[in-house]
Amino acid sequence: MAIKTALFEQHLSAGGKMVDFSGWQMPLSYGSQIEEHHAVRQSAGMFDVSHMTIVDVTGADAKEYLQHLLANDVAKLSQKGKALYSAMLNESGGVIDDLIVYLMTEPNVTGAWYRVVVNCATRANDLRWMAERAAKFDVALTERPELAMVAIQGPDALEKVKQAVSETRQKLIEQLSLFQGVESEGWFIARTGYTGEDGLEIMIPEDEVSSFWSALLAAGVVPCGLGARDTLRLEAGMNLYGADMDESISPLSAGMAWTIAWEPETRAFCGRDALAAQRLAGVGDKLVGLVMEQRGVLRAGQRVLVDGAGEGVITSGTFSPTLGKSIAMARVPSATSEKAQVELRGKLVDVAVVRPPFVRNGAQVYS
Amino acid sequence: MSEIRSELKYVASHEWVRDEGDGTVTIGITDHAQELLGDVVFVELPDVGAEFAAGEDAGVVESVKAASDLYAPVSGEVVAINDQLEDSPELANSDPYGEGWFFRVKLSDQAEMDELLSADAYSDVCDDES
Repeated sequence: MAIKTALFEQHLSAGGKMVDFSGWQMPLSYGSQIEEHHAVRQSAGMFDVSHMTIVDVTGADAKEYLQHLLANDVAKLSQKGKALYSAMLNESGGVIDDLIVYLMTEPNVTGAWYRVVVNCATRANDLRWMAERAAKFDVALTERPELAMVAIQGPDALEKVKQAVSETRQKLIEQLSLFQGVESEGWFIARTGYTGEDGLEIMIPEDEVSSFWSALLAAGVVPCGLGARDTLRLEAGMNLYGADMDESISPLSAGMAWTIAWEPETRAFCGRDALAAQRLAGVGDKLVGLVMEQRGVLRAGQRVLVDGAGEGVITSGTFSPTLGKSIAMARVPSATSEKAQVELRGKLVDVAVVRPPFVRNGAQVYS
Repeated sequence: MSEIRSELKYVASHEWVRDEGDGTVTIGITDHAQELLGDVVFVELPDVGAEFAAGEDAGVVESVKAASDLYAPVSGEVVAINDQLEDSPELANSDPYGEGWFFRVKLSDQAEMDELLSADAYSDVCDDES
C-alpha cells in the first residue's frame, strides 16, 4: 500500500526524499531537515499533512456525543471556529489518540457541528471506536478524504500565506485569533499547528492544493518534511502519539493532565472512572523534558536513571537544531526532580530534567 | 543516486579510503552513508595516536535520525583527525569526499589495501541495500 497525497508530484519536483509513513508516501525532507527546521523558526515553512484524518461530526447530538467521547470538554468552545486539543480514552483510561476538534458553527445553535482531526497511523482504530461510541447518539460521522491539508508555520507564515490567497481570505486570516479557524468557500483556515510557532493549518479541496502550494513556494515558503516536523514538535514539547503515549499509557503519565476536563462532575466521558481511580491512587510516573549538555543524541527507548527514585524511559529524543544540543521527553518516576542520568551507548550521562516546552516562538523557554 | 568515486577504495560498512601514496590513508564516510544518515550533528573521532585493527570501532557518527558506529577500514595508527567536524559536522553531508573527511591512518599492513572494495564492488553493495 502506498497512498499518494495530491501534492506527491510537488514533493518530487522539490527534491523530496519520500518514505512510507503508515502506508502514505510522504517527504522525510527535501535536502537538509535542519535547514527546514530553521526556516520554520526564523521565517516560514510548509508541510503536507494531507495524510491526517478529518472527520466531521454532525447531527442533533453532536455536542453530547463529543462530550462523551473526549476527555476534554467541547463545552469550552464558546466561539465559532475555536479549536480544542483532547485525548480520546478507552475504558481503562489509556490514550486511543490525541486530536484537535473545531467548533464549526456558533455554539449551542440548531445544526451545530464539529470537525475532528485525528492521526493517520491510528485512523482505522479511531474510526471504529468513534462509530461504536456513536451508536447511542443522533450523530453522523463523515470522513473527508477529499480534503488535502497544508500546515504553514513560522513567524512570517501568516504574511506569506496572505500573498498566496484571495483578498477575501486575506481579510479572514487577519481576523483569526490563536486556536481559531474559519470556513471560506470550501477551505478551512485555522490558526493552529504542531511546531510552537504562529501559523496556519489549511484544509483545502484536493484539486486546488497543488496551485496553492505553488503560490506558497512563490511567496518564499520553504517545503518541510516529516523530519523537521518531528524536531519542531519535540522542541515545542508536543506529544507524538505512539511515542509519548498510547493505549497502555494514562494521560496523567503523559503530560496530558491539563487536557482532562474534570468539571462538571456529571460529565461521564469514556475512561473517566478508570482515570479518576488512577488520579486518586497516583499514577507513579510523569512525562518530563530532558536536556543534555554534552555531545551526543538522546533517543527513544534509552533508560533513564533517577537517583533514589528508580528508572524511566525516553519516549522521544532528538537533536534540537534551535538549541544546538540534544533534548528528549521521558516518562520517569513522579519523585524525579532536577537531575537524572541516561544510559547512552553503554555510558551513564548526566541530563537536566526540565518542564517542556523547550522552545516557543523561536527562543528557548525552559530554565 | 549517490556519488561513488572511482579513485577511492571502500568497505561494506560505508567508509571510503584514499591512498595518499606515502604509507597513509584518509578515511571518511561515503555519500551513500551520509544520505542514509541524514543531517549529521555530532562526529566522535578517535584520538591521534590511537591504534586500530581493521574492523574495530573507531568512533561514532550521530545524525538527527540515528547513531552509527564508525569502523576502521584498515589497521594502523591515527596520525590526523579532521578538527573541523567538531564545529561543522554538516561537512560530512555537504562534502563527504573532501572537507568532510574523518581521519588519517598510517598503515601497518599495506597488503590490507588489496582487500578493500573497488568502486564497482561498493556500488553493488549499495544496490543490494536499496
